[in-house]
Amino acid sequence: MALPIPSAPLVQQQDWDVPEQVGLWTDVWRRFRRNRLAVAGAVIVVILVLDAVLAGLLVQIGLIQDPIKQHVELSATGPSAAHLLGTDELGRDTLSRLMFGARISLTIGILVQGIYVLIGGTIGLVAGYAGGRVDNLLMRFTDIWFAFPDLLFVLVLVSVFSPSLLSIFVAIGIVNWVGLARLVRGQVLSIKEKEFVESARAVGSSHFKIVLRHLVPNALGPIIVTLTFGIPAAIFLEAALSYIGVGIQPPTPSWGVMIQDGYQAIYAAPSQVLFPGIAIAITMLSFSFIGDGLRDALDPRMRR
Amino acid sequence: MANTAIGGRPARGALPVRRLLAPSSRGAALALFVARRVLWMVPVLFFVILITFTLMHLAPGSPWDKAGGRQLSASIVENLNTRYGLDKPIWQQFLLYLWNVTHFDFGLSYQYQGRTVSALLVSAWPYTATLGVLAFCVIVPAGIGLGVVAALRQNSRIDYIAMGFSTFGASVPNFVVGMLFIIVFGVMLYNITGGNYSLPVSGFGLDDHLIMPVVTLALLPTAFIARLTRASTLDILRQDYVRTAWAKGLSERLVVLKHILKNSLIPIVTALGPTFAFLVTGSVIVETVFVIPGIGRSFVEAVTSRDYPMILATTVLFSVVVAIANLVVDVLYVFIDPRVRLT
Amino acid sequence: MATLLRIEDLKTQFFTSRGIVQAVDGVSLHVDEGETIGVVGESGCGKTMTALSVLRLVPDPGRIVGGHIWFRDRDVTTMDPDQIREFRGNDVAMIFQDPMTSLNPVTRVGIQIEEAMTAHERFSPKDALGRVIPLLQRVRIPAAERRKEDYPHQFSGGMRQRAMIAMGLANEPSLLIADEPTTALDVTVQAQIITLLKQLNRELGTAIMLITHNMALVASICSRVVVMYAGRVVEEGPVHQIFKSPQHPYTWSLLRSVPRVDEVRRSRLVSITGLPPDLVRLPPGCKFHPRCAFREDRCSEEEPPLGEVDTNQVARCWVLMRNVPQEAARELEAVTVPHDVAEELKSMPDLEEAADGS
Repeated sequence: MALPIPSAPLVQQQDWDVPEQVGLWTDVWRRFRRNRLAVAGAVIVVILVLDAVLAGLLVQIGLIQDPIKQHVELSATGPSAAHLLGTDELGRDTLSRLMFGARISLTIGILVQGIYVLIGGTIGLVAGYAGGRVDNLLMRFTDIWFAFPDLLFVLVLVSVFSPSLLSIFVAIGIVNWVGLARLVRGQVLSIKEKEFVESARAVGSSHFKIVLRHLVPNALGPIIVTLTFGIPAAIFLEAALSYIGVGIQPPTPSWGVMIQDGYQAIYAAPSQVLFPGIAIAITMLSFSFIGDGLRDALDPRMRR
Repeated sequence: MANTAIGGRPARGALPVRRLLAPSSRGAALALFVARRVLWMVPVLFFVILITFTLMHLAPGSPWDKAGGRQLSASIVENLNTRYGLDKPIWQQFLLYLWNVTHFDFGLSYQYQGRTVSALLVSAWPYTATLGVLAFCVIVPAGIGLGVVAALRQNSRIDYIAMGFSTFGASVPNFVVGMLFIIVFGVMLYNITGGNYSLPVSGFGLDDHLIMPVVTLALLPTAFIARLTRASTLDILRQDYVRTAWAKGLSERLVVLKHILKNSLIPIVTALGPTFAFLVTGSVIVETVFVIPGIGRSFVEAVTSRDYPMILATTVLFSVVVAIANLVVDVLYVFIDPRVRLT
Repeated sequence: MATLLRIEDLKTQFFTSRGIVQAVDGVSLHVDEGETIGVVGESGCGKTMTALSVLRLVPDPGRIVGGHIWFRDRDVTTMDPDQIREFRGNDVAMIFQDPMTSLNPVTRVGIQIEEAMTAHERFSPKDALGRVIPLLQRVRIPAAERRKEDYPHQFSGGMRQRAMIAMGLANEPSLLIADEPTTALDVTVQAQIITLLKQLNRELGTAIMLITHNMALVASICSRVVVMYAGRVVEEGPVHQIFKSPQHPYTWSLLRSVPRVDEVRRSRLVSITGLPPDLVRLPPGCKFHPRCAFREDRCSEEEPPLGEVDTNQVARCWVLMRNVPQEAARELEAVTVPHDVAEELKSMPDLEEAADGS
């Protein structure tokens, strides 16, 4: 039997080789796409964003009604041709109020995450990186901050400064950054552990740069998930504040305000409570689904 | 870190005191642990009071500005200030306040002339406590039960229903849910039964007045616990020791109770701490929706009328409740997980 | 000697989104009373799944789809849930690789051993309680009376594995399956555990099926060895025979990995080129041929059957090592090391370059 030379080239293993390698984000996107709820959520969010951006324009070109204009003669009517979702007790068009309400909810919900990143991210970064006493101090501070129940803290803050879009925005931002701070700190600590072992051998180039450079790709995923879940929480806070009456003030249409107004006439026209309620629920659900989808897509353990 | 000099004797400066204080048994270590945690609560609460107090006094305007524009005369304002001690320097006011707090004196309410904050709190407390306790009694069995069943029958219909419910509960704001209940069980039920019956939509009573508020209050925490329980149980199901239990030939009941649940419920105990925070903030909303004269509602009123003593006291009270709940949970955790080191 | 366990053409598959993974593809082997056999192969070759199939513990999404497993005169594959429960931990017991994760962390060790007994009706609760300490002593755990009240995290790695063995032997099973019992342990402790298993086999007459990727372990306690690759048996025979003249190239290269103290250290370690095959898309013909240094044309076309190559020894190969000229074999005397062992070596800095292979 003729024998091959032992150094014969390896048979090409392309057909039964290692499963194809894909980049992390491509893989994440693919897995996200497979999650139907997450995709549905994403679609809804896109619609909401478009609505928020275009609402003002649409009023100007006459496609939808002015949300503040009162038609007293049409108080609390049901759906009609002119007012697709009816009117509230002051005769204002419900549909347009809903659409403008989206603006407020989305603006606050999404932009507040920026404050979280700013405050929470910085504190987490500093605490994790500095370690020792600084870390200890900052974590104690975080614990104290966390001891305030969030709604109460926001209420206290808003009561101090008169309610307005800005004060609500700042209040919510100041209250809830703790989760992000802890997350970032945890990531920094775990990277520090890995890096310094190797860096001990190499000539120590800026450790901070190394940590930062590794922090971003590793931590980006969980941070995005946390922020995504932070959006419905912030939307809830704004709506709750407005509902109680210490948030957005009428006549500006916020969904929370609409629910409060609708409550007054709940026996006569329950739909005025339902519409904004459903709007809030759908918005919060959509972001939650996206958050779930992102988290599952990023989870290495779920690879089958 | 050369701690020993030649001969193995501890180097100078290594105090033997540490060893004296080291606990000899787990019981002693536990007592030390609890004491340390209780002591830790003090500075936290101190800062809570400090921060809230500072915020109160940062507010523009004074508590005497009535919404509606009617200004009080200067002399009356001055009198009121003196009476409420608002003319003293801030740090003095703060120290005085701290001193009073330790004697459970929270000052006089601004909006209800002549009544002490403590009295107001005491009269409002039972309503909130009743709702809270009842809600807790719903949350624990319902949340854990749903989570466990969903995990054990993963991807089945009951799993989807349970998780769908929990997603709903976690994503729909409690005041919206409250409104929905009112619409369905208040308005619609009223119409359907021709005006004969509906669930009461406001007020408090130890009867069916309690149903809607308690369920509304319990919804979010139940959803939260259900999700957590499901995740924890699923995680445990994957563990090697569950496979070992099956390999020993144990019955399903034994495997589920002694091996799966015994492990998966441990992290749930930790979740009971934040549950109290949910109950606290939830009560603010639920009492507003259902018009129940509890502490949550008083808080809202205090906020809108800038009744600073009331705001301060309620914040402190709620923070204390949450802090104590977390403490109890942490201690409980040490009892149920033998792996936890107490040092 | 009576045959205790006979696995007949077992097929176990996993139904995943990527396709059907043929984890065990027509495996047949037997274990006699009181015998110790070794089942060796790389990770992923199906040896663990074969063992799990015996106890019907194959995890989702896997299922036994064909073949039979005879224990004495009963077919395990057709047992109903109650029979299987009675069978597990009683007739056949299994111990697992990582004793830290394989023991319930929140239950005392003594209780875990006790419940293995009370689950079956063999011993009364009182008797079961009484057997715990002697069992712990038999596996050489010192201070057994105190130790049985401890939790697993209070044990050392070696002691945990001993406790697992005690748990496995609690009901005096006829067969003990040990899945990589020493892989998670220190080298020094490994020797102790293996010795313990050998002693228990002698003292109690319990048959042992040792699953491992380490040929050295097999040499120390097994009388027979089964070599698996890609879900199939590729060679089987008495240990001394296989070690002296392995006929399958894979077995041959596994044996090269046994370090020999008397040998002059060769220039470098070379891993078998390539990776274990993807069990969803297997190569045609002999499953080992892409990595085999001695392959012929026939090897990529047709899969060889298990053919008898000596008394009691079978191998699944067209070529067979005895037909390979001496020089060709000696070329690879530079030790060839299985892939996962090479991976392990890579983590040790000074061998990293060597294990990189060429």
